[in-house]
Amino acid sequence: MRALVWVEHDNKSVKDATLAAITAALQLGEVDLLVAGDGCAGVADQAAQIPGVVRVLVADDAAYAHGLAENVAPLIVALMADHDAVLFPSTTTGKNIAPRVAAGLDVMQISDILSIEGPDTFTRPIYAGNAIATVQTRDAKLVITVRGTAFEKAAASGGSASVVPVPSEGDQGMSRFVSAEIAQSERPELTSAKLIVSGGRALQSGENFRTIIEPVADKLGAAVGASRAAVDAGYVPNDYQVGQTGKIVAPEVYIAVGISGAIQHLAGMKDSKTIVAINKDEDAPIFQVADIGLVGDLFKVVPELMGKL
Amino acid sequence: MKILVPVKRVLDFNVKPRVKADGSGVDLANVKMGLNPFDEIAIEAAVRLKEQGTASEIVAVTIGVAKAESDVLLTARAMGADRAILIATDDAVEPLGVAKLLAKVVEEEQPGLVILGKQAIDDDSNQTGQMLAALLGWPQGTFASRIEVGGDAVCVTREVDGGLETVRLTLPAIVTTDLRLNEPRYATLPNIMKAKSKPVLRKAVADYGVDVHPRLKTLKVVEPASRSAGVRVADADALVARLREMGVAK
Repeated sequence: MRALVWVEHDNKSVKDATLAAITAALQLGEVDLLVAGDGCAGVADQAAQIPGVVRVLVADDAAYAHGLAENVAPLIVALMADHDAVLFPSTTTGKNIAPRVAAGLDVMQISDILSIEGPDTFTRPIYAGNAIATVQTRDAKLVITVRGTAFEKAAASGGSASVVPVPSEGDQGMSRFVSAEIAQSERPELTSAKLIVSGGRALQSGENFRTIIEPVADKLGAAVGASRAAVDAGYVPNDYQVGQTGKIVAPEVYIAVGISGAIQHLAGMKDSKTIVAINKDEDAPIFQVADIGLVGDLFKVVPELMGKL
Repeated sequence: MKILVPVKRVLDFNVKPRVKADGSGVDLANVKMGLNPFDEIAIEAAVRLKEQGTASEIVAVTIGVAKAESDVLLTARAMGADRAILIATDDAVEPLGVAKLLAKVVEEEQPGLVILGKQAIDDDSNQTGQMLAALLGWPQGTFASRIEVGGDAVCVTREVDGGLETVRLTLPAIVTTDLRLNEPRYATLPNIMKAKSKPVLRKAVADYGVDVHPRLKTLKVVEPASRSAGVRVADADALVARLREMGVAK
Protein backbone atom coordinates (compact mmCIF):
# COMPACT_ATOMS: atom_id res chain seq x y z
CA MET A 1 0.00 0.00 0.00
CA ARG A 2 1.24 3.52 -0.79
CA ALA A 3 0.29 6.03 1.86
CA LEU A 4 0.52 9.81 1.76
CA VAL A 5 0.81 11.86 4.94
CA TRP A 6 -0.18 15.51 4.92
CA VAL A 7 2.52 17.41 6.83
CA GLU A 8 1.34 20.10 9.21
CA HIS A 9 3.78 22.99 9.39
CA ASP A 10 4.03 26.76 9.64
CA ASN A 11 6.27 27.14 6.56
CA LYS A 12 9.22 26.95 8.95
CA SER A 13 9.11 23.57 10.70
CA VAL A 14 7.21 20.30 10.82
CA LYS A 15 4.59 20.17 13.59
CA ASP A 16 4.98 17.33 16.06
CA ALA A 17 1.52 15.85 15.51
CA THR A 18 2.60 14.88 11.98
CA LEU A 19 5.16 12.46 13.40
CA ALA A 20 2.49 10.28 15.01
CA ALA A 21 0.55 10.17 11.73
CA ILE A 22 3.75 9.05 9.97
CA THR A 23 4.15 6.17 12.46
CA ALA A 24 0.59 5.08 11.66
CA ALA A 25 1.23 5.37 7.92
CA LEU A 26 4.38 3.24 8.15
CA GLN A 27 2.21 0.45 9.57
CA LEU A 28 0.15 0.56 6.37
CA GLY A 29 2.97 0.49 3.81
CA GLU A 30 5.26 2.74 1.81
CA VAL A 31 5.08 6.37 2.90
CA ASP A 32 5.28 9.63 0.97
CA LEU A 33 4.80 13.01 2.63
CA LEU A 34 3.11 16.09 1.25
CA VAL A 35 4.47 19.48 2.16
CA ALA A 36 2.10 22.10 0.75
CA GLY A 37 3.05 25.63 1.69
CA ASP A 38 4.52 28.93 0.63
CA GLY A 39 8.31 29.15 0.73
CA CYS A 40 8.36 25.76 2.41
CA ALA A 41 11.59 24.28 1.01
CA GLY A 42 13.10 24.22 4.50
CA VAL A 43 10.15 22.23 5.79
CA ALA A 44 10.55 19.76 2.93
CA ASP A 45 14.26 19.29 3.73
CA GLN A 46 13.38 18.72 7.36
CA ALA A 47 10.63 16.24 6.43
CA ALA A 48 13.07 14.33 4.22
CA GLN A 49 15.10 13.49 7.34
CA ILE A 50 12.25 11.47 8.87
CA PRO A 51 13.25 7.79 8.70
CA GLY A 52 11.18 5.43 6.55
CA VAL A 53 9.84 8.10 4.22
CA VAL A 54 10.34 7.41 0.52
CA ARG A 55 9.48 10.74 -1.09
CA VAL A 56 8.58 14.21 0.08
CA LEU A 57 6.20 15.81 -2.40
CA VAL A 58 6.42 19.60 -2.30
CA ALA A 59 3.77 21.97 -3.58
CA ASP A 60 5.14 25.46 -3.09
CA ASP A 61 2.57 28.12 -3.90
CA ALA A 62 1.12 31.20 -2.21
CA ALA A 63 -2.27 29.43 -2.40
CA TYR A 64 -1.03 27.00 0.28
CA ALA A 65 0.46 29.61 2.65
CA HIS A 66 -2.24 29.25 5.28
CA GLY A 67 -3.38 25.69 4.72
CA LEU A 68 -6.83 26.67 3.46
CA ALA A 69 -8.87 23.49 2.97
CA GLU A 70 -10.44 24.85 -0.24
CA ASN A 71 -6.99 24.97 -1.87
CA VAL A 72 -5.20 22.04 -0.22
CA ALA A 73 -7.96 19.44 -0.70
CA PRO A 74 -7.92 19.48 -4.54
CA LEU A 75 -4.13 19.06 -4.46
CA ILE A 76 -4.42 15.95 -2.27
CA VAL A 77 -7.31 14.55 -4.34
CA ALA A 78 -5.05 14.84 -7.42
CA LEU A 79 -2.13 13.11 -5.65
CA MET A 80 -4.40 10.26 -4.57
CA ALA A 81 -4.29 8.94 -8.14
CA ASP A 82 -0.93 7.45 -7.08
CA HIS A 83 -1.73 6.61 -3.45
CA ASP A 84 -4.02 4.18 -1.65
CA ALA A 85 -4.29 6.04 1.64
CA VAL A 86 -3.92 9.55 3.01
CA LEU A 87 -3.37 10.27 6.68
CA PHE A 88 -3.69 13.52 8.61
CA PRO A 89 -2.90 14.33 12.22
CA SER A 90 -6.13 14.94 14.20
CA THR A 91 -5.34 18.62 14.63
CA THR A 92 -7.78 21.42 13.87
CA THR A 93 -6.17 21.92 10.46
CA GLY A 94 -6.04 18.19 9.71
CA LYS A 95 -9.69 17.82 10.70
CA ASN A 96 -10.59 20.78 8.50
CA ILE A 97 -8.97 19.39 5.34
CA ALA A 98 -9.42 15.60 5.57
CA PRO A 99 -13.21 15.32 5.07
CA ARG A 100 -13.01 17.69 2.09
CA VAL A 101 -10.54 15.24 0.55
CA ALA A 102 -12.69 12.22 1.49
CA ALA A 103 -15.80 13.66 -0.16
CA GLY A 104 -13.72 14.57 -3.21
CA LEU A 105 -12.70 10.91 -3.48
CA ASP A 106 -16.18 9.60 -2.57
CA VAL A 107 -14.70 7.87 0.46
CA MET A 108 -15.96 7.64 4.03
CA GLN A 109 -13.27 9.06 6.30
CA ILE A 110 -12.12 7.17 9.39
CA SER A 111 -11.67 9.78 12.11
CA ASP A 112 -9.21 9.85 14.96
CA ILE A 113 -7.86 6.30 14.77
CA LEU A 114 -6.33 4.73 17.87
CA SER A 115 -4.85 1.63 16.26
CA ILE A 116 -4.49 -0.21 12.97
CA GLU A 117 -5.88 -3.75 13.14
CA GLY A 118 -5.43 -4.61 9.47
CA PRO A 119 -5.10 -2.89 6.07
CA ASP A 120 -8.81 -1.92 6.19
CA THR A 121 -9.59 -2.19 9.91
CA PHE A 122 -9.09 0.43 12.61
CA THR A 123 -10.18 1.29 16.13
CA ARG A 124 -11.55 4.72 16.96
CA PRO A 125 -13.23 6.38 19.93
CA ILE A 126 -16.94 7.23 19.88
CA TYR A 127 -19.15 8.89 22.50
CA ALA A 128 -16.31 10.99 23.89
CA GLY A 129 -14.16 7.91 24.29
CA ASN A 130 -16.77 6.09 26.37
CA ALA A 131 -16.75 3.39 23.72
CA ILE A 132 -14.14 2.16 21.26
CA ALA A 133 -15.39 0.96 17.87
CA THR A 134 -13.54 -1.37 15.54
CA VAL A 135 -14.47 -0.42 11.98
CA GLN A 136 -13.70 -1.98 8.64
CA THR A 137 -13.91 0.06 5.47
CA ARG A 138 -15.21 -1.10 2.10
CA ASP A 139 -13.73 1.89 0.29
CA ALA A 140 -10.90 1.39 -2.18
CA LYS A 141 -8.94 4.34 -0.81
CA LEU A 142 -8.40 5.30 2.81
CA VAL A 143 -8.79 8.78 4.30
CA ILE A 144 -7.74 8.75 7.93
CA THR A 145 -7.11 11.18 10.77
CA VAL A 146 -4.73 9.94 13.46
CA ARG A 147 -5.00 10.62 17.18
CA GLY A 148 -1.60 11.95 18.13
CA THR A 149 -1.48 10.38 21.58
CA ALA A 150 -2.23 6.88 20.26
CA PHE A 151 0.92 6.45 18.17
CA GLU A 152 4.59 6.95 18.99
CA LYS A 153 6.16 9.90 17.23
CA ALA A 154 8.43 8.99 14.34
CA ALA A 155 12.06 10.11 14.75
CA ALA A 156 12.80 13.52 13.25
CA SER A 157 16.14 12.57 11.73
CA GLY A 158 18.11 9.71 10.26
CA GLY A 159 16.22 9.32 6.99
CA SER A 160 17.01 10.49 3.48
CA ALA A 161 13.87 10.76 1.39
CA SER A 162 13.95 12.33 -2.04
CA VAL A 163 12.31 15.72 -2.41
CA VAL A 164 10.03 15.91 -5.44
CA PRO A 165 8.19 19.07 -6.54
CA VAL A 166 4.56 18.57 -7.58
CA PRO A 167 2.40 21.05 -9.51
CA SER A 168 0.06 23.35 -7.62
CA GLU A 169 -3.67 23.11 -8.20
CA GLY A 170 -3.79 26.87 -7.69
CA ASP A 171 -6.01 29.16 -5.69
CA GLN A 172 -9.66 28.06 -5.89
CA GLY A 173 -10.63 31.69 -5.25
CA MET A 174 -13.41 31.10 -2.76
CA SER A 175 -11.66 31.69 0.56
CA ARG A 176 -9.03 34.02 1.87
CA PHE A 177 -6.94 34.10 5.03
CA VAL A 178 -7.56 37.35 6.95
CA SER A 179 -5.70 37.13 10.24
CA ALA A 180 -4.59 34.90 13.08
CA GLU A 181 -4.18 35.41 16.78
CA ILE A 182 -1.78 32.67 17.72
CA ALA A 183 -0.71 32.60 21.35
CA GLN A 184 3.04 32.90 21.88
CA SER A 185 4.16 30.90 24.85
CA GLU A 186 7.43 29.77 26.34
CA ARG A 187 5.66 26.78 27.83
CA PRO A 188 5.60 23.33 26.24
CA GLU A 189 2.82 22.65 23.75
CA LEU A 190 -0.22 21.05 25.36
CA THR A 191 -0.53 18.05 23.06
CA SER A 192 3.11 17.01 23.34
CA ALA A 193 3.89 18.03 26.94
CA LYS A 194 5.12 15.42 29.40
CA LEU A 195 3.53 17.30 32.25
CA ILE A 196 0.32 19.32 32.34
CA VAL A 197 -1.23 21.44 35.07
CA SER A 198 -4.88 22.12 34.30
CA GLY A 199 -7.38 24.38 36.02
CA GLY A 200 -11.15 24.43 36.18
CA ARG A 201 -14.02 26.69 37.07
CA ALA A 202 -13.09 26.54 40.75
CA LEU A 203 -10.27 28.98 39.98
CA GLN A 204 -13.01 31.65 39.82
CA SER A 205 -11.09 34.12 37.65
CA GLY A 206 -8.44 34.57 35.00
CA GLU A 207 -6.39 36.45 37.58
CA ASN A 208 -6.40 33.41 39.87
CA PHE A 209 -5.45 31.23 36.93
CA ARG A 210 -2.38 33.40 36.36
CA THR A 211 -1.37 33.65 40.00
CA ILE A 212 -2.14 30.10 41.11
CA ILE A 213 -1.97 27.64 38.18
CA GLU A 214 0.67 29.18 35.95
CA PRO A 215 3.44 29.55 38.56
CA VAL A 216 3.16 25.86 39.50
CA ALA A 217 3.22 24.89 35.84
CA ASP A 218 6.31 27.03 35.23
CA LYS A 219 8.03 25.63 38.30
CA LEU A 220 7.46 22.08 37.00
CA GLY A 221 8.14 22.97 33.35
CA ALA A 222 4.59 21.94 32.55
CA ALA A 223 2.06 22.99 29.92
CA VAL A 224 -1.11 24.70 31.08
CA GLY A 225 -4.54 23.29 30.30
CA ALA A 226 -8.10 24.05 31.31
CA SER A 227 -11.56 22.58 31.47
CA ARG A 228 -14.28 23.80 29.15
CA ALA A 229 -15.91 25.60 32.08
CA ALA A 230 -12.78 27.67 32.66
CA VAL A 231 -12.52 28.54 28.97
CA ASP A 232 -16.23 29.39 28.66
CA ALA A 233 -15.92 31.63 31.72
CA GLY A 234 -13.14 33.49 29.92
CA TYR A 235 -10.35 32.70 32.40
CA VAL A 236 -8.10 31.42 29.61
CA PRO A 237 -8.14 31.31 25.78
CA ASN A 238 -9.82 28.49 23.84
CA ASP A 239 -6.58 26.79 22.89
CA TYR A 240 -6.12 25.74 26.53
CA GLN A 241 -9.17 23.48 26.46
CA VAL A 242 -8.68 19.78 27.13
CA GLY A 243 -11.61 17.48 26.37
CA GLN A 244 -13.84 15.74 23.86
CA THR A 245 -13.98 18.73 21.58
CA GLY A 246 -10.80 20.43 22.71
CA LYS A 247 -7.33 18.94 22.81
CA ILE A 248 -6.68 15.27 23.52
CA VAL A 249 -3.66 14.89 25.77
CA ALA A 250 -1.81 11.96 27.30
CA PRO A 251 1.13 13.30 29.32
CA GLU A 252 3.19 11.40 31.87
CA VAL A 253 1.48 13.38 34.62
CA TYR A 254 -1.74 15.39 34.45
CA ILE A 255 -2.49 17.57 37.46
CA ALA A 256 -6.16 18.61 37.56
CA VAL A 257 -6.82 21.55 39.88
CA GLY A 258 -10.40 22.46 40.70
CA ILE A 259 -11.74 20.35 37.84
CA SER A 260 -14.79 18.26 38.70
CA GLY A 261 -14.24 15.78 35.87
CA ALA A 262 -17.20 15.91 33.47
CA ILE A 263 -17.09 13.02 30.98
CA GLN A 264 -16.30 15.49 28.22
CA HIS A 265 -13.16 16.56 30.10
CA LEU A 266 -12.15 13.01 31.03
CA ALA A 267 -12.39 12.14 27.33
CA GLY A 268 -9.48 14.46 26.67
CA MET A 269 -7.08 13.34 29.39
CA LYS A 270 -7.88 9.90 30.73
CA ASP A 271 -5.06 8.29 28.78
CA SER A 272 -2.55 10.27 30.86
CA LYS A 273 -0.10 7.95 32.61
CA THR A 274 -0.65 9.40 36.06
CA ILE A 275 -3.54 11.65 37.02
CA VAL A 276 -3.32 13.89 40.08
CA ALA A 277 -6.48 15.64 41.27
CA ILE A 278 -6.90 18.48 43.72
CA ASN A 279 -10.52 19.30 44.49
CA LYS A 280 -12.43 20.35 47.56
CA ASP A 281 -15.42 18.15 46.69
CA GLU A 282 -14.49 14.63 47.71
CA ASP A 283 -17.29 13.22 45.55
CA ALA A 284 -16.03 14.93 42.38
CA PRO A 285 -15.90 12.40 39.49
CA ILE A 286 -12.27 13.33 38.81
CA PHE A 287 -11.29 11.27 41.87
CA GLN A 288 -12.68 8.12 40.20
CA VAL A 289 -9.90 8.28 37.61
CA ALA A 290 -7.17 9.95 39.67
CA ASP A 291 -4.14 7.94 40.74
CA ILE A 292 -3.38 10.48 43.42
CA GLY A 293 -6.16 12.55 44.95
CA LEU A 294 -6.01 15.39 47.40
CA VAL A 295 -9.25 16.66 48.89
CA GLY A 296 -8.73 20.28 49.80
CA ASP A 297 -9.22 23.93 48.96
CA LEU A 298 -7.04 24.72 45.97
CA PHE A 299 -6.52 28.30 47.20
CA LYS A 300 -4.77 26.84 50.24
CA VAL A 301 -3.23 23.66 48.82
CA VAL A 302 -1.70 24.99 45.60
CA PRO A 303 0.24 27.89 47.19
CA GLU A 304 1.49 25.42 49.81
CA LEU A 305 2.54 23.06 47.06
CA MET A 306 4.28 25.93 45.30
CA GLY A 307 6.23 26.72 48.45
CA LYS A 308 7.47 23.16 48.80
CA LEU A 309 8.47 22.51 45.21
CA MET B 1 -30.80 35.14 2.69
CA LYS B 2 -32.04 31.73 3.65
CA ILE B 3 -30.09 29.67 6.19
CA LEU B 4 -30.20 25.89 6.30
CA VAL B 5 -29.39 24.24 9.65
CA PRO B 6 -28.92 20.46 9.60
CA VAL B 7 -29.43 18.88 13.03
CA LYS B 8 -28.91 15.43 14.55
CA ARG B 9 -30.79 13.52 17.22
CA VAL B 10 -28.25 11.99 19.61
CA LEU B 11 -27.99 10.45 23.05
CA ASP B 12 -28.54 13.29 25.52
CA PHE B 13 -25.18 14.76 26.50
CA ASN B 14 -25.86 14.19 30.20
CA VAL B 15 -26.44 10.44 29.77
CA LYS B 16 -23.46 8.15 30.23
CA PRO B 17 -23.31 5.84 27.21
CA ARG B 18 -23.50 2.10 27.90
CA VAL B 19 -21.91 -0.39 25.58
CA LYS B 20 -24.22 -3.30 24.75
CA ALA B 21 -23.15 -6.66 26.17
CA ASP B 22 -22.97 -8.24 22.71
CA GLY B 23 -20.49 -5.58 21.55
CA SER B 24 -22.74 -4.44 18.71
CA GLY B 25 -22.90 -0.80 19.75
CA VAL B 26 -24.08 1.64 22.39
CA ASP B 27 -27.47 0.96 23.99
CA LEU B 28 -29.97 3.58 22.80
CA ALA B 29 -33.15 1.80 23.93
CA ASN B 30 -35.17 3.73 26.49
CA VAL B 31 -32.57 6.43 27.03
CA LYS B 32 -33.07 10.17 26.77
CA MET B 33 -32.28 11.55 23.33
CA GLY B 34 -31.78 15.18 22.42
CA LEU B 35 -30.48 17.71 19.96
CA ASN B 36 -26.73 17.49 19.39
CA PRO B 37 -25.32 20.40 21.48
CA PHE B 38 -23.26 21.83 18.61
CA ASP B 39 -26.42 21.89 16.47
CA GLU B 40 -28.20 23.96 19.11
CA ILE B 41 -25.38 26.46 18.75
CA ALA B 42 -25.90 26.35 14.96
CA ILE B 43 -29.61 27.13 15.31
CA GLU B 44 -28.86 29.95 17.73
CA ALA B 45 -26.34 31.41 15.27
CA ALA B 46 -28.94 31.33 12.50
CA VAL B 47 -31.61 32.88 14.72
CA ARG B 48 -29.28 35.73 15.69
CA LEU B 49 -28.52 36.42 12.02
CA LYS B 50 -32.26 36.58 11.41
CA GLU B 51 -32.76 38.91 14.38
CA GLN B 52 -30.04 41.18 12.93
CA GLY B 53 -31.93 41.25 9.65
CA THR B 54 -29.21 39.35 7.77
CA ALA B 55 -31.23 36.16 7.33
CA SER B 56 -34.80 36.01 6.10
CA GLU B 57 -35.70 32.38 6.72
CA ILE B 58 -34.30 29.47 8.73
CA VAL B 59 -34.91 25.89 7.65
CA ALA B 60 -33.92 23.02 9.96
CA VAL B 61 -33.36 19.58 8.46
CA THR B 62 -32.68 16.21 10.05
CA ILE B 63 -32.00 12.74 8.72
CA GLY B 64 -33.19 10.09 11.14
CA VAL B 65 -36.08 8.37 12.83
CA ALA B 66 -39.62 9.73 12.37
CA LYS B 67 -39.76 10.56 16.06
CA ALA B 68 -37.28 13.37 15.44
CA GLU B 69 -40.17 15.44 14.12
CA SER B 70 -41.68 15.70 17.58
CA ASP B 71 -38.45 16.14 19.52
CA VAL B 72 -35.34 17.65 17.90
CA LEU B 73 -37.16 19.29 14.98
CA LEU B 74 -39.70 20.70 17.44
CA THR B 75 -36.88 22.10 19.57
CA ALA B 76 -35.29 23.60 16.46
CA ARG B 77 -38.54 25.31 15.48
CA ALA B 78 -39.17 26.45 19.06
CA MET B 79 -35.72 28.08 19.09
CA GLY B 80 -36.56 29.98 15.93
CA ALA B 81 -36.39 27.83 12.80
CA ASP B 82 -39.28 28.80 10.52
CA ARG B 83 -39.85 25.34 9.14
CA ALA B 84 -38.32 21.89 9.11
CA ILE B 85 -37.56 18.99 6.81
CA LEU B 86 -37.55 15.40 8.09
CA ILE B 87 -35.74 12.89 5.90
CA ALA B 88 -36.94 9.75 7.60
CA THR B 89 -34.88 6.59 7.94
CA ASP B 90 -34.39 3.98 10.64
CA ASP B 91 -30.89 3.22 9.39
CA ALA B 92 -27.78 4.97 10.60
CA VAL B 93 -26.46 7.18 7.79
CA GLU B 94 -22.75 7.98 7.76
CA PRO B 95 -21.43 11.55 7.34
CA LEU B 96 -20.72 10.98 3.62
CA GLY B 97 -24.32 9.83 3.05
CA VAL B 98 -25.66 12.70 5.14
CA ALA B 99 -23.57 15.17 3.14
CA LYS B 100 -24.92 13.75 -0.13
CA LEU B 101 -28.52 14.08 1.08
CA LEU B 102 -27.86 17.60 2.35
CA ALA B 103 -26.32 18.57 -1.00
CA LYS B 104 -29.67 17.62 -2.60
CA VAL B 105 -31.57 19.65 -0.01
CA VAL B 106 -29.29 22.62 -0.73
CA GLU B 107 -30.03 22.25 -4.45
CA GLU B 108 -33.76 22.52 -3.72
CA GLU B 109 -33.66 25.17 -1.00
CA GLN B 110 -30.83 27.38 -2.35
CA PRO B 111 -29.67 28.72 1.04
CA GLY B 112 -26.94 31.37 1.21
CA LEU B 113 -25.43 29.79 4.30
CA VAL B 114 -25.52 26.32 5.82
CA ILE B 115 -24.63 26.27 9.52
CA LEU B 116 -23.89 22.89 11.11
CA GLY B 117 -22.49 21.65 14.41
CA LYS B 118 -18.79 20.84 14.06
CA GLN B 119 -19.36 17.30 15.24
CA ALA B 120 -22.05 15.06 16.67
CA ILE B 121 -21.34 13.86 20.18
CA ASP B 122 -22.24 10.26 19.34
CA ASP B 123 -19.85 9.25 16.55
CA ASP B 124 -17.50 12.24 17.06
CA SER B 125 -16.70 12.16 13.32
CA ASN B 126 -16.36 15.89 12.62
CA GLN B 127 -16.85 15.42 8.88
CA THR B 128 -20.30 16.36 7.58
CA GLY B 129 -19.84 20.13 7.11
CA GLN B 130 -16.50 19.77 5.32
CA MET B 131 -17.89 16.98 3.10
CA LEU B 132 -20.95 19.03 2.21
CA ALA B 133 -18.70 21.97 1.31
CA ALA B 134 -16.63 19.69 -0.95
CA LEU B 135 -19.69 18.23 -2.69
CA LEU B 136 -21.14 21.70 -3.33
CA GLY B 137 -17.81 23.30 -4.22
CA TRP B 138 -18.41 25.89 -1.49
CA PRO B 139 -15.91 27.37 0.97
CA GLN B 140 -15.98 26.25 4.59
CA GLY B 141 -15.48 28.03 7.90
CA THR B 142 -15.13 25.25 10.45
CA PHE B 143 -15.01 25.46 14.27
CA ALA B 144 -16.46 28.98 14.24
CA SER B 145 -16.38 31.20 17.30
CA ARG B 146 -17.58 34.28 15.41
CA ILE B 147 -19.57 34.80 12.22
CA GLU B 148 -19.92 38.12 10.44
CA VAL B 149 -21.92 38.34 7.22
CA GLY B 150 -21.31 41.35 5.00
CA GLY B 151 -22.18 41.78 1.34
CA ASP B 152 -21.27 38.73 -0.69
CA ALA B 153 -18.98 37.22 1.95
CA VAL B 154 -18.86 35.88 5.47
CA CYS B 155 -15.93 36.34 7.83
CA VAL B 156 -15.51 33.39 10.15
CA THR B 157 -13.22 33.35 13.17
CA ARG B 158 -12.13 29.78 13.79
CA GLU B 159 -10.90 28.08 16.95
CA VAL B 160 -7.60 26.51 15.89
CA ASP B 161 -4.94 24.67 17.89
CA GLY B 162 -2.78 27.70 18.58
CA GLY B 163 -5.57 30.24 19.09
CA LEU B 164 -7.87 31.92 16.58
CA GLU B 165 -7.84 32.35 12.81
CA THR B 166 -10.13 34.48 10.67
CA VAL B 167 -11.01 33.60 7.08
CA ARG B 168 -13.17 35.39 4.54
CA LEU B 169 -15.44 33.14 2.49
CA THR B 170 -17.40 34.03 -0.61
CA LEU B 171 -21.11 33.22 -0.21
CA PRO B 172 -22.75 30.75 -0.42
CA ALA B 173 -20.70 29.04 2.28
CA ILE B 174 -20.64 26.36 4.97
CA VAL B 175 -20.02 27.21 8.62
CA THR B 176 -19.54 24.69 11.43
CA THR B 177 -19.94 25.79 15.02
CA ASP B 178 -17.61 25.53 17.98
CA LEU B 179 -18.55 25.93 21.63
CA ARG B 180 -17.81 29.62 22.05
CA LEU B 181 -19.91 30.88 19.15
CA ASN B 182 -22.90 31.61 21.38
CA GLU B 183 -24.96 30.37 24.28
CA PRO B 184 -28.13 28.85 22.82
CA ARG B 185 -31.46 30.05 24.15
CA TYR B 186 -33.84 27.61 25.77
CA ALA B 187 -36.87 26.42 23.89
CA THR B 188 -39.54 27.87 26.17
CA LEU B 189 -42.89 26.15 26.65
CA PRO B 190 -44.91 28.89 24.87
CA ASN B 191 -42.46 28.72 21.95
CA ILE B 192 -42.72 24.93 21.88
CA MET B 193 -46.51 25.25 21.70
CA LYS B 194 -46.25 27.79 18.88
CA ALA B 195 -43.62 25.69 17.07
CA LYS B 196 -46.11 22.86 16.65
CA SER B 197 -47.88 24.88 13.97
CA LYS B 198 -44.68 25.58 12.01
CA PRO B 199 -44.59 23.31 8.94
CA VAL B 200 -42.59 20.10 8.60
CA LEU B 201 -41.92 18.63 5.18
CA ARG B 202 -41.74 14.82 5.43
CA LYS B 203 -39.43 13.07 3.03
CA ALA B 204 -37.75 9.71 2.73
CA VAL B 205 -34.10 9.00 1.93
CA ALA B 206 -35.23 7.30 -1.31
CA ASP B 207 -36.78 10.60 -2.52
CA TYR B 208 -33.31 12.02 -3.12
CA GLY B 209 -31.88 9.26 -5.28
CA VAL B 210 -28.45 9.15 -3.63
CA ASP B 211 -26.56 6.09 -2.47
CA VAL B 212 -26.23 6.24 1.31
CA HIS B 213 -25.12 2.66 1.83
CA PRO B 214 -22.62 2.52 4.67
CA ARG B 215 -18.98 2.25 3.68
CA LEU B 216 -17.81 1.36 7.15
CA LYS B 217 -18.78 -1.82 8.93
CA THR B 218 -18.62 -1.75 12.72
CA LEU B 219 -17.09 -5.06 13.75
CA LYS B 220 -17.41 -4.45 17.46
CA VAL B 221 -17.82 -1.81 20.12
CA VAL B 222 -16.17 -2.22 23.49
CA GLU B 223 -15.72 -0.17 26.62
CA PRO B 224 -12.35 1.53 26.92
CA ALA B 225 -9.81 0.24 29.40
CA SER B 226 -11.06 1.62 32.66
CA ARG B 227 -9.04 3.50 35.21
CA SER B 228 -9.57 2.90 38.86
CA ALA B 229 -9.25 5.38 41.64
CA GLY B 230 -5.81 5.40 43.25
CA VAL B 231 -4.68 6.71 46.58
CA ARG B 232 -5.72 9.76 48.53
CA VAL B 233 -3.03 11.89 50.09
CA ALA B 234 -3.66 14.02 53.16
CA ASP B 235 -1.92 17.30 52.34
CA ALA B 236 0.46 19.24 50.14
CA ASP B 237 3.49 17.64 51.87
CA ALA B 238 2.33 14.16 50.98
CA LEU B 239 1.55 15.24 47.42
CA VAL B 240 5.00 16.76 46.96
CA ALA B 241 6.53 13.52 48.27
CA ARG B 242 4.59 11.54 45.64
CA LEU B 243 5.58 13.96 42.89
CA ARG B 244 9.24 13.56 43.94
CA GLU B 245 8.91 9.76 43.85
CA MET B 246 7.65 10.05 40.28
CA GLY B 247 10.55 12.33 39.41
CA VAL B 248 8.17 15.16 38.53
CA ALA B 249 9.40 17.47 41.28
CA LYS B 250 12.92 17.90 42.50
